[in-house]
Amino acid sequence: MTLRRRLAAMILPDRQADRVVPPSGPTAWLTTFTAAAMTFLAVFALALSLASGRLADRWAGALAGTATIRIAAPVDQMAVQTAAVLDILKTTPGIASARAMTDDEQRALLAPWFGPDLPLEALPIPRLVELTEDADGFDSEGLRQRLLAEAPGAVLDDHTRWQRPLAVGASRLNLLGTLSMALIAAIMAAMITLAANASLAANAQVIRVLRLVGAQDDYIAAAFVRRFTLRALMGSAIGAIAGTIGIALLPPVDEAGGFLTGLGFTGFGWLLPLALPPIAAAVALLATRAAAFRKLRELT
Amino acid sequence: MIAFENVAYNYGGGELLSEVSIRLAPGSFHFLTGPSGAGKTTFLKLAYAELLPTAGHVTVFDRDVRSLTRDDVAMVRRRVGVVHQDVQFLDHLPLAANVALPLTVAGRDGHMQDLTDLLGWVGLGKLADALPASLSGGERQRGALARAIIMGPDVILADEPTGNLDWEMSVRLLTLLVELNKMGKTILIATHDLNLIRQTKSLVAARVLRIRNRRIQLAGADL
Ligand SMILES: Nc1ncnc2c1ncn2[C@@H]1O[C@H](COP(=O)(O)OP(=O)(O)O)[C@@H](O)[C@H]1O
Ligand SMILES: [Mg+2]
Repeated sequence: MTLRRRLAAMILPDRQADRVVPPSGPTAWLTTFTAAAMTFLAVFALALSLASGRLADRWAGALAGTATIRIAAPVDQMAVQTAAVLDILKTTPGIASARAMTDDEQRALLAPWFGPDLPLEALPIPRLVELTEDADGFDSEGLRQRLLAEAPGAVLDDHTRWQRPLAVGASRLNLLGTLSMALIAAIMAAMITLAANASLAANAQVIRVLRLVGAQDDYIAAAFVRRFTLRALMGSAIGAIAGTIGIALLPPVDEAGGFLTGLGFTGFGWLLPLALPPIAAAVALLATRAAAFRKLRELT
Repeated sequence: MIAFENVAYNYGGGELLSEVSIRLAPGSFHFLTGPSGAGKTTFLKLAYAELLPTAGHVTVFDRDVRSLTRDDVAMVRRRVGVVHQDVQFLDHLPLAANVALPLTVAGRDGHMQDLTDLLGWVGLGKLADALPASLSGGERQRGALARAIIMGPDVILADEPTGNLDWEMSVRLLTLLVELNKMGKTILIATHDLNLIRQTKSLVAARVLRIRNRRIQLAGADL
């Protein structure tokens, strides 16, 4: 049998094959129900995964900002300490660039409070050094120690760093969402395998007769595969619609504020639950097919 | 067509058949006799690759049954028509669909005229739409024969096809098998009914095989 025909036999089984296996017994609803319930859960896992993904991106983006070092020193030591700080930063791993702000820039920063004509030279205004970290980030505690030793007037201000655990947390949450979807798929496969096995066992006699009159395994398996795939597709569609409605009914972000209500889809994301029923159908197809071939070998 | 060469078989206990060497030539007509439990059904199962011999070789259409894949076995079933001792139908389908089942599973549906003719030939024309559960023993046996021959097999193996039929019905069914043999089919009938064999001998040149002491031998004129 060619590959093409094999695929066709798997995916588009003969309608006749449907008829030769009697209409299903009491386990028929189990597959539909499982697919519906699991897809309902999968919609939430998907929303969680997407929302935490967005959150992780946002927080990680904020981290890429700059940190500042404030140097407060007597005017005559200012130049020396600034040079020392820049030297230290040059040899600190994790720092992409560092630069002392010019007088003009500092004046511009202070202008809103003191007006444009501030005599900067005459005042003990701290010098600001702006630094950008690279992707790995730097060890702020280590840097503090070195600054303390070599430029006692320098204070590291890395206020954006408190967000790092949040960004890590968000990407963990993202991972959990993905893992949940994989588990949901696995549970669905297991349940459908059980239901398919029950159905195959209930039809053992039919299967024996079919083998005796010359039916190939592919043909017999197709009758079951078609049935279970359609049931899973239908159940999953119901679950996907219900889950999406559930997400849509969550209060909007601006109303409730905070992190949890960010759970939802944005833009084309609302179309993603549509991908779940075909995935459920594919899971059902593979699970039923595997169960059918195992049972066929066992029975005849 | 089907050849046994030094075949032995056991179900895990003592040897049931041993040193069996038989060749079913094309167009031949054989009876297989022996008391109940002698191994007639087992012999037939070996012949249509339902069982594999524990020793020796069974060859079906020039292929050793041990070398057949599951798909190959399905193909053998399409070329060997079998009337099983315990006739089994799909109970949810009407008789006509059951008789046509070998065509259906082979993807060769649609010869409805042939099916009607065939049902008429075995005397079941009026019962095409009946469910198997409503058929009598004789009707089931004839339905099974119709199902066995609908693919136009070269070989027909019948296991006690007259098992629960009255004499008149038995003779009718046997006459059908003789007709098939006259069309060139190779026939083997397992039965313990010696009267039936005697009855048939006037119609066709049948050879009689007998299972005795685990061996299969050609029976002489002592029947
Ligand atoms: N599946 C089986 N497992 C074990 N023993 C079997 C099996 N089938 C048949 N037998 C035994 O093998 C012997 C021959 O059976 P069978 O071939 O059906 O004989 P016959 O058809 O001549 O009456 C009997 O003793 C029967 O009990
Ligand atoms: Mg028997």
